[in-house]
Amino acid sequence: MSTILEVNKVVKQYGDYVALNEVSLTVPKGSIYGLLGPNGAGKTSLIRIINQITLPDSGEIILDGEKLQPKHIQYIGYLPEERGLYKTMKVGEQCLYLAQMKGLSKAEAKIQLDYWFERLDIKEWWNKKIQELSKGMAQKIQFVVCVLHQPKLLIFDEPFSGFDPVNANLIKDEILALKEQGATIIFSTHRMESVEELCDHIALIHQSNKLIEGKLEDVKRQYKTNTFEVGILSDSVEGLMYDLTQKFTVGQANFKSLNNELKLEIQLGTAAPNELLHILTQRGQVTHFLEKIPSVNDIFIQTVSP
Amino acid sequence: MSIITLIIKREFIAKVRNKSFIVMTFLSPLLFVGIAAFVGYLSSMKADTKRIGIHDETGLFVKEFVSKNTKDGEYEYLDLSQIDIKFIKDSITNERYEGLLYIPKTANSKALENKIQFISNDSPSISFIESVQDEIASKLTKANYQTANLDTLAIQNAAANITINLSKSSGEQSLKGLNEIKIAIGGAFGYLIMMFIIIYGNMVMRSVIEEKTNRIIEIIISSVKPFQLMMGKIIGTSLAGILQFFIWAIVGLLLMVSASLFFGVTISPTAKIPPEMLHVAQQEFAATAQMYIKELWNLPIATILISFVVYFIGGYFLYSSFYAAIGAAVDNETDSQQFLLPIIMPLVLGVYIGIFTVIHDPNGTIATVFSMIPLTSPIVMLMRIPFGVPLWQISISVALLFGTFFGVVWFAAKIYRVGILMYGKKPTWKELYRWLHY
Repeated sequence: MSTILEVNKVVKQYGDYVALNEVSLTVPKGSIYGLLGPNGAGKTSLIRIINQITLPDSGEIILDGEKLQPKHIQYIGYLPEERGLYKTMKVGEQCLYLAQMKGLSKAEAKIQLDYWFERLDIKEWWNKKIQELSKGMAQKIQFVVCVLHQPKLLIFDEPFSGFDPVNANLIKDEILALKEQGATIIFSTHRMESVEELCDHIALIHQSNKLIEGKLEDVKRQYKTNTFEVGILSDSVEGLMYDLTQKFTVGQANFKSLNNELKLEIQLGTAAPNELLHILTQRGQVTHFLEKIPSVNDIFIQTVSP
Repeated sequence: MSIITLIIKREFIAKVRNKSFIVMTFLSPLLFVGIAAFVGYLSSMKADTKRIGIHDETGLFVKEFVSKNTKDGEYEYLDLSQIDIKFIKDSITNERYEGLLYIPKTANSKALENKIQFISNDSPSISFIESVQDEIASKLTKANYQTANLDTLAIQNAAANITINLSKSSGEQSLKGLNEIKIAIGGAFGYLIMMFIIIYGNMVMRSVIEEKTNRIIEIIISSVKPFQLMMGKIIGTSLAGILQFFIWAIVGLLLMVSASLFFGVTISPTAKIPPEMLHVAQQEFAATAQMYIKELWNLPIATILISFVVYFIGGYFLYSSFYAAIGAAVDNETDSQQFLLPIIMPLVLGVYIGIFTVIHDPNGTIATVFSMIPLTSPIVMLMRIPFGVPLWQISISVALLFGTFFGVVWFAAKIYRVGILMYGKKPTWKELYRWLHY
């Protein structure tokens, strides 16, 4: 998979405060790339640099093989976290204006807008002023404005904040459709469940430094602790516990089940799962056997908490 | 279409379509004429006649005053010399006298000079007291001449009245009122610039704040450079302002013409001047008017107009960059007050210097210095130009103005760039300084 965006040792300082400390990222083409981090980690600073809103103090950004330059503005679609529209301007006019700013001609913009207004079923809003629309409606317009110049790279900063579940789903489907069409999506959010659902790559920024980056499954593999959840119906609990504690670290597990079995969380260390299974099958009836794979949320909290 | 023209167009249309803009544009001239008419009406109204009692123990002056009584004069004098002074004093309020002029009997006229009293419960107007003083003084002087056996006629003939005629070395006659006209022309242009800066500078600021509070700024700024957005905003707003001024000028002119046509008919019959006198007066007036017009044409009109345009552009851009930077720094208009004061001050200073210093000494040090300082030069220099300013001074002043303008734009653009993305903070001066280094 080739790379669409490469961030190379980018540094950004505001006065004495370091917002980004030699951050490097590699965003593969066609991926949905989750940019994670707690508030104030430096995500927005980085996104603003990629959008050429601010300049890095040092380091470089390569977009699609070229050093980032003003013409790249039209290759990027950006939906900022703090977003809004001119309240007194009409929807259609406003979309045309913003599209022209992205370098589209008026005619091209019109064609794209017709397509999107049709697709999202918002045609009748064309002559309304933004102040007459609800917040969710306005956000649909913002989404359209962000994607209508068919950017190769889309950057969404907290895209679902403020959407109701129906609209959030609609936008999620649109994001997936854009990915199908070949766009790359950078996705900055706090909502770990949507990361889990959408992203195939993630990077975690904490206190101005990048701590984790990679394919989601690779990261998870890296963070798994070889721990298994076990449920067992056994007549000789004492014997079982003796055998287990000899070899592994054993704790209480908590999961839902129908039987009144013994629930254990067992850390294998370097041992193979089969060794555990062997002991278990000798001592009783195994009802539950599951490797604990860390969720993005677990990884996030584990990395970020002091 | 280039991006900056796109922004200019949007800003212009947004301003012009605004309801308050439309209302202001067409209502202001009407309001202005309305107020002028109202003031004119008020000043033409006759004040109530005030009754002044006179108790004149000398008997010298009372006739003079009473003889001045006319049917609708401002003051009506009543001879109360026969009535006891104490009684009149007590009855001032009851009898509704405005005041009582008390001229006591004294041994000689010298003693009288500071014995005269005006008794009143309200404080009388200064001009009234002065006129009474003059009246008594002249009467007393005449009486003194007579007692001293001086020929009043001879003295009158001996008194000399001097009028100095002004002229230039070229031999042309000048007019005394011309300085006032010059300052009026310069002042009008200077004032116009100040008003424009304050009104439209504020509009620029509000439009920047609007984009911040709307949170559209980040969407826009990801497509254009902050500098382009700022300049587009300033130019677009100024075009809307120029359009408004243009409409005001036309509407005002139409109203003036129609008003003078309307009043022109009603005024002439009321002037009860004998025809032959009118003729003489007209001739005289025509001659003076001709001279004024000639003098006006002798003013450096081309220089005035060209420099008006140059200073207008320079001054407006200079100040609106400040306004844009302030708008970017704050979150709402209330917070902008602390930054606005230092901007309004030089403008007001410019107007005051123009009015007090330039008319007194148009080429003096103070006027010259302030017509060089970029923050005041658009106003002060325009007031000086009708009096004749050497070209080198104008050149330096314009160069300084535009030099500063570019400096300020650079500085404002930096603050703007940082400020528009800062939410929820009320910045201090120190913080603004720090932003320059981001």
